[in-house]
Amino acid sequence: MQYELVLLTFLPLLGALAIAFTPKGAERLQRLAALATTLVVAALGVRLFLAYGDSGSDQGRFLFELPWFSLPSSYGADTAVNFKLGLDGVSLLMVTLTAVLMPIVILSTWGHVHKRVKEFMVWMLVMQTGMLGTFLALDLVLFYFFWEISLIPLYFLIGIWGGERRLYATVKFFLYTLAGSLVMMVAIIWILWTRGTSDVFELINILCRAPLTEQLWLFAAFALAFGIKVPLLPFHTWLPDAHTEAPTSGSVVLAGVLLKMGTYGLVRFCIHMLPGAAVEAAPVMMALGAIGILYGALLAWAQDDLKRLIACSSVSHLGYVVLGLFALTPAGINGGMLQMVNHGISTGLLFLLVGMIYERRHSRALDAFGGVAVAMPLFALFWVITTLSSVGLPGLNGFVGEYLVLVGAFQASPLWAIVGLSGVIFGAVYMLMATRRMLFGALDKPENRELTDLNAREIGLMLPLVALVVWLGVSPNTFMAKTQPSIEMVNLRIAEARRAALAGLDAAPAAPASQREESAR
Amino acid sequence: MLPPPSHAWLWWIPLLPLIGSALCGALHLATLSARKRDPQAKGLAGLAPLIACAAMAGALALAVKGFLDLRALDAAARVLNSPAWEWITVGDPRQPWFDVDLRLVLDPLSSTLGLVITGVGLLIHIYASGYMKGDAGYAKFFAYLNLFVFAMLMLVLSSSLLGVFVGWEGVGLCSYLLIGFWYEKGWPAEAAQKAFITNRVGDACFLIGSFLLLRLFGTLDMHEIVARMGSDFRLDAIDENVKLNIALAALFLFGGCCGKSAQMPLFTWLPDAMAGPTPVSALIHAATMVTSGIYLVVRLNPLFASSPAVMTLISGVGVATALIGGSTALVQRDIKKVLAYSTVSQLGYMFLGLGTGAFGAAVFHLVTHAFFKALLFLGAGSVIHGMHEEQDMHKMGGLRKHMPQTFATFLAGAAALSGLPLMSGFFSKDEILAHTFNSGGVYYAFWIVGVLTAAMTAYYTWRMVALTFFGPERFDHHHVHPHESPAVMTVPLMVLAVLSVLGGVLGLPPVFHAAHALNDWLAPVVAPGVAILNQLHPHEHLSHATEWVLLGLGAAVALAFAHTGFRTYAAGPEPDLAIGRGAPGVAAFLGDAWSIDSAYSRVVILPLRVFAFVVRFIVDQVVIDGLVNGAGSLAKNLALRARGMASGQLDAYALWMGGGAAVISLWWMWS
Repeated sequence: MQYELVLLTFLPLLGALAIAFTPKGAERLQRLAALATTLVVAALGVRLFLAYGDSGSDQGRFLFELPWFSLPSSYGADTAVNFKLGLDGVSLLMVTLTAVLMPIVILSTWGHVHKRVKEFMVWMLVMQTGMLGTFLALDLVLFYFFWEISLIPLYFLIGIWGGERRLYATVKFFLYTLAGSLVMMVAIIWILWTRGTSDVFELINILCRAPLTEQLWLFAAFALAFGIKVPLLPFHTWLPDAHTEAPTSGSVVLAGVLLKMGTYGLVRFCIHMLPGAAVEAAPVMMALGAIGILYGALLAWAQDDLKRLIACSSVSHLGYVVLGLFALTPAGINGGMLQMVNHGISTGLLFLLVGMIYERRHSRALDAFGGVAVAMPLFALFWVITTLSSVGLPGLNGFVGEYLVLVGAFQASPLWAIVGLSGVIFGAVYMLMATRRMLFGALDKPENRELTDLNAREIGLMLPLVALVVWLGVSPNTFMAKTQPSIEMVNLRIAEARRAALAGLDAAPAAPASQREESAR
Repeated sequence: MLPPPSHAWLWWIPLLPLIGSALCGALHLATLSARKRDPQAKGLAGLAPLIACAAMAGALALAVKGFLDLRALDAAARVLNSPAWEWITVGDPRQPWFDVDLRLVLDPLSSTLGLVITGVGLLIHIYASGYMKGDAGYAKFFAYLNLFVFAMLMLVLSSSLLGVFVGWEGVGLCSYLLIGFWYEKGWPAEAAQKAFITNRVGDACFLIGSFLLLRLFGTLDMHEIVARMGSDFRLDAIDENVKLNIALAALFLFGGCCGKSAQMPLFTWLPDAMAGPTPVSALIHAATMVTSGIYLVVRLNPLFASSPAVMTLISGVGVATALIGGSTALVQRDIKKVLAYSTVSQLGYMFLGLGTGAFGAAVFHLVTHAFFKALLFLGAGSVIHGMHEEQDMHKMGGLRKHMPQTFATFLAGAAALSGLPLMSGFFSKDEILAHTFNSGGVYYAFWIVGVLTAAMTAYYTWRMVALTFFGPERFDHHHVHPHESPAVMTVPLMVLAVLSVLGGVLGLPPVFHAAHALNDWLAPVVAPGVAILNQLHPHEHLSHATEWVLLGLGAAVALAFAHTGFRTYAAGPEPDLAIGRGAPGVAAFLGDAWSIDSAYSRVVILPLRVFAFVVRFIVDQVVIDGLVNGAGSLAKNLALRARGMASGQLDAYALWMGGGAAVISLWWMWS
């Protein structure tokens, strides 16, 4: 039995408990404790990433499994629910990102969280446990458990530390995601009841042979939950509100990791577990992704609040992820997975930067700025690098994912690839518009003349992310080589489902897919 | 096929400027922090030009070495290959679904371009060390300039189309940064943004072209693609559908070229790009970056040669752009705007040549244009420098006495641009026009427009010379004291002047009975395209008599219109004012580049902007969010009525809903 993953997942929770017992006024201690906890988690995460070789089991490594409880089923025997954690190529990058991003987020709170510091840190750490658990759970019930757990901290983070319209934003976000989750829960209960197992990889082997109609129903239920979380057009309207009202750190976590729970779910469950339905639904999902790219970009272009603009750009960028994933081609899926990480990094950086300037200027309106580059040259440097990463400049991270998504999508559907390509143009339009209005021109507003440039803490917390921006752009193979075996598994499933769909069969051939995968390797 | 990857040193050609850029950037950051303590501190910024020029000199030396190495080989074997950087691999590395290896390949084409980039680039770096002296962003400027050279070298040396794209967008970025270098003035930042976004439109086309090539060939390696369209490639043996895809790929890639090389309909960013410092205009917006499109077409010559319709389109777009640019340059008052529209126009000539299959001639004009246009821009920069940042030629005049070296070298550049006999521009432009004439059919019309544009070119060039250096001095002697620029600026001008005058020896026409050195040198690169063109319609050489007539005509047109242009404006700008009075409509139309830019603002940008606001305020806020909030309040009302628990608190309701759902789910699971 290996304990790495348990430690990784629950260390933040332990940290939260410890902080909960600190005296009320000891803000410095609470901040440092949270930072220390997340730093240890980050170190563990990086260690796991490095230890994860590009060959080995595709059905979860560093497995941890304990019997938990059992549920009745129509299958005769009860459904055993296990506490099962495991890492594979689909979750690896997300887990590493979650681990690495958190200390940066905690460090950023020095500047903007001044009230109820203790509670804030506790909720942040609880959220990290929820997110890591969501990505690592290899049991359907456990997945659902963590999925819901991670919802609650953000509710409080926005509700207590948020902006003026925080109540509206929280309720909208909470009810919206909850509605999706409930539908997913019904699907999960159905699976448990009819299949008699809640092990994710067993279900992946079983459900690919389910009748297409059943697959489609299950797909719809899961896709709704994940689509709301992503968020996929037209379920996106909670996101700009939530982002605008959330404190900087909340926005960074929301954009960096929480949204990726949706896209992760799409890969793990909608595509890998239900490949037949994925093949059927792919045209619709690609259309939603591609239109989302254009729609989000136009929406972002029409904003005059910096934070809202970036929130809308998230809708656009996540459209790339969905477009790539549902191209169901190797390039598309790889690109989609990479784009999940890229978006986490570049949008995380953008929210951090907006937070930094908001702390100084107490405004996010584009009209309030102008000529900031003169007053804050280092801020301008970081902003421009991040902008270039976000618009997909080759050599930085955004390009590789974007190109693979579009290549993959073009193979599946030239039309939606070309619609998606509009994001290449409009992405530059809104980001450069914002850059110009904020950074360039004359420094003519007296408030802006007083702006001080970034301090050492702010530079230091962004440097690791900037390094990742370059590393992912120059050497994406470091990352893709590790995820490749798992993605290949997904590809095999899709190929099978395609063959079945071509043969006009409702179900895939009888031989257990796992065996054929063995022989195909 | 490529030879073994045994030339790792090729990587140093682009890497030297990249390292130079990083060092200059570090110097700039150091200067910034020094300035925090003392706002007047210069820090070590003075070292930047030394580092940048050293990097350029190193790259030039390596480019020369590459050239000599290539020359030592047999013509057919002139390819040097570097080890690859395995950039993107999708799937099992042994059998990837998709992979991109970045490798650098030096062949006659990339060697020629590499020499121009590093050679002219070095001269411009030296010049800039004088021109930019005293600027607050001195070190930053050289960091950007070196970064540009890195990207430009990646563009011409990469064998993968995606490697080209790295350079393609990289030069676009540097162009953005350098156009907007004086961003605190406002309008340079707007010009920079316009350049980047217009180029992005082209880049999107480039990407579609790459998708199509990938579908056709299963690879993005251009040397492999060209090899597959090599000697045993028969155009009549391939499927119609494949032919269509080849044509589409060529078309979309040409769309990319229109962006980068400022051709119709995407040329409007280049004149605005003059907002950048003048050395930038010389290096990026005249000599190198804007010729990327020409490079790409020549590199993929068999692809373009396979689709005659696209070839005709390229010539048509080229000659139309040449005419629009040339006619607009006639009435500009800003000396840099004259040169900018002239560049647009000359790039149009190069595309005119490409469309006739005269790949070598297009590269020839590219090279001579790099010499004389860089010279003219730097000369204009010297004038602007000496005139205390004045760019309006109506406020100049008589400068030949004040800046004799600038004047003499500027004359050489003007003679080459206007195609006066025996100057470099004379031979290269004549070669393109001769090929156009020889292509027959619709190309006769293109030829006529080409000759007309040549007349305009001679006219506006000598109008510029007259207004700047001759006639009465029209500046305010109390405030402006014109002076010659320092040697660090005039020596590069002299070198470029020599090249502009003598550059023609690279490609003497057949009637001179001398070897066309450049065509012979490039022959192995363009052979596949030429072979395909010969399959389509056997090529006949012009008779010597016709060629003499065309040469004579070219010389006569150039001389006549240069003379007219000079005579008209020798006494001052009065004729301009006369046009403005006599035909204000024509003057405004030409002055505004046929009003194309303002038409875009009205027809493309404004509707899109309105649409974006419609999306925000109507589609998103009213329709989609209306449905969401409607569903929310509907559920709330139903729930309130059903349960009578009207606390009115939304968050209490949320908790009720969450709690209820949890209870229900637990009950379901355990029952």
